[in-house]
Amino acid sequence: MHEKRDGAMLKGRSTHLAASSPQMRLLIIEDDRESADYLVKAFREVGHVADLAGDGEEGLAMAESGEYDVLVVDRMLPRRDGLSLIGALREHGNRTPVLILSALGQVDDRIKGLRAGGDDYLPKPYAFAELLARVEVLSRRNVGPSEETTYRVGDLELDRLSHRVARGKDELTLQPREFRLLEYLMKHAGQVVTRTMLLENVWDYHFDPQTNVIDVHISRLRSKIDKGFDRPLLHTIRGAGYMIRDGIR
Amino acid sequence: MTAFGKLIRTTAFRLTLVYLLLFALFAASLLGYFAWNTRRLITEQITTTVNAETSEISDIFGRRGLRGLVFTVDSRALRPGANLYLVTTPAGQAIAGNVGSLAPGVMGTSGWSETAYRRLDDQDNVDHRALVNVTQLSGGFRLLIGRDLDERRRLFGIVAKAAQWSILVVVVLGIGGGVFVARRVLRRIDAMTGTTRRIMAGDLSGRLPVGRSGDELDRLAESLNAMLERIETLMAGLKEVSDNIAHDLKTPLTRLRNRAEEALAKSSCEAEYRAALERTIEESDGLIRTFNALLMIARAESGQARGNMDDFDAADVANGIHELYEPLAEDDGMTLRVRTSPAPVHANRELVSQALANLVENAIKYGKPVAAAQGSVVSMEARQILIEARCDGDRVFLSVTDHGGGIPEGDRKHAVERFVRLDSSRSRPGSGLGLSLASAVAILHGGELTLGDAHPGLVATLVLPLRVGHHDGLAAQTQDMSQKDVRLASA
Repeated sequence: MHEKRDGAMLKGRSTHLAASSPQMRLLIIEDDRESADYLVKAFREVGHVADLAGDGEEGLAMAESGEYDVLVVDRMLPRRDGLSLIGALREHGNRTPVLILSALGQVDDRIKGLRAGGDDYLPKPYAFAELLARVEVLSRRNVGPSEETTYRVGDLELDRLSHRVARGKDELTLQPREFRLLEYLMKHAGQVVTRTMLLENVWDYHFDPQTNVIDVHISRLRSKIDKGFDRPLLHTIRGAGYMIRDGIR
Repeated sequence: MTAFGKLIRTTAFRLTLVYLLLFALFAASLLGYFAWNTRRLITEQITTTVNAETSEISDIFGRRGLRGLVFTVDSRALRPGANLYLVTTPAGQAIAGNVGSLAPGVMGTSGWSETAYRRLDDQDNVDHRALVNVTQLSGGFRLLIGRDLDERRRLFGIVAKAAQWSILVVVVLGIGGGVFVARRVLRRIDAMTGTTRRIMAGDLSGRLPVGRSGDELDRLAESLNAMLERIETLMAGLKEVSDNIAHDLKTPLTRLRNRAEEALAKSSCEAEYRAALERTIEESDGLIRTFNALLMIARAESGQARGNMDDFDAADVANGIHELYEPLAEDDGMTLRVRTSPAPVHANRELVSQALANLVENAIKYGKPVAAAQGSVVSMEARQILIEARCDGDRVFLSVTDHGGGIPEGDRKHAVERFVRLDSSRSRPGSGLGLSLASAVAILHGGELTLGDAHPGLVATLVLPLRVGHHDGLAAQTQDMSQKDVRLASA
């Protein structure tokens, strides 16, 4: 299904973006043809399978019949709006993770979207890297390590119960917030997490800082967990965010 | 629609017609009842007197014989305004009375009947009508006593005439009144419609005419005028905002376009194109941020965010923002401190956090000591930015103090307005919306944003109302976080 024709257009992006999780089946429910096509191509290019529905009713039918890992749902759709679609799905017992895309980026709208049964909310316009990272984190194929009490990446170990962090034989001293930052990164080890995801999930802020606050926190964390070790574990993914992983995949 | 058509379609006119019909029916039934009762009364009166006279005269005939009867009847018949009398022999010959002729057969049947008659002394040869009672006397004589019905008819005529006139008057007055009221209402409604048309055509300064009577139309006009006033203010505000947006979004858009054009014209290799595209994305991200900030301000100003209010301690927000920005400040060669005492508020936590974050970002960006910016060594004190949360009286103060250049007193009010970036900061990145957003958030919560002098430097304070029910007992305990290391060791 990969379309070569538009490969050139996406080349710039694909050079530094790649799927950081196993292949997923995605359903994109979006009525704007151009953004929908762009999304389908972009997801396919990074190695996922993406289907497209052009309106709410079609989207609901496809979501209920198909086995999708994540649904990407536009908030305003013809025939059935995004929130009512999610409501209907949840009512029928379908728990597929849903990411809501919306031009309404306000705090209240996000809360409304999440209350309606959405799992994440991304205001338009967004960077594809942000969407990709969020979708991969949402995917139910990646729920694995969240239940464990100890996260391990390479020789880095984090104990969620005793709040101890160690790399190899060295015990590391982290501040509470650094611990939570590392915990979130390690929970999603091998996946890209964006700056906004960190701000939302580690700090619980939903605004867009005009400065590089998150980068400074990351560089502090990096100096504690990577400094003096041969193999860096905390990587910066250009144009997207950060990823913690062992070695080069 | 013709003027008349418009008139008769008015509610006032239709109501008038309904009332008119009701009143006419009422008048007609009243008069009808009156006429019918009068007629009954007159008939009753006639029968009573005739009956009495009949028994009296029968009595006289019984006592004094035919002569007595004839004498009495003739003498009574000659009185002015007398009743009708007639006495006939068994052969049907008239022997006494004042009746000249009768409808045939009346004398033959006993009892009451209505009949045409003429008096003996009548000159005009016209039949009159009368109610008569015929009685059989002994010996075959018959006695007729009756009463002319002209009086009853005349009375009936008067009533009928009264009915005609009164209905005519009701109709004329009713229609006239209806037209008057309807035209009056119509004229005022037309005036209102005219004004609203002008307003719809774009002249927002138009107002509906308000009379002095204070009636329902005046009250309607008054509230519509108040609404127009509000709309005009909002429109003026909107125009100002859109002018500002046009100016401050078009500038970066132009820059964006110029760069893209330049890249198209001059770039020769992929690296150059890539660099140009990256700059384009950066620039558009900046635009999106500006746009988001504007939306946020608009939302705060319109009061939409009031639905999401929680009870929380502003001191937590201050500590949270301090924790988030402390490393950034340090990287920038500044020290970020926090000093809090409990400051309970009922507010939108997200907005208050963002407003405080904006103030801190501003302080980090613009709060560097002037001497440091020029390359001289300055003390740690001067490099300090202090976030403070406290409550005083019934208000909560969230302030950020820096020791930079500050804002001259004359510029402070101006600085809170949208998009204003004082000349000294033009060269640095930022949308210029930080202070306006903070101000909008404060106003949304019924507070304000104040800018003051920190000698040197700027102290920006978000003033919020204290949560209701927390006026006492909080000011006492103040923990000075600035004195101890706020970086807690890992638990």
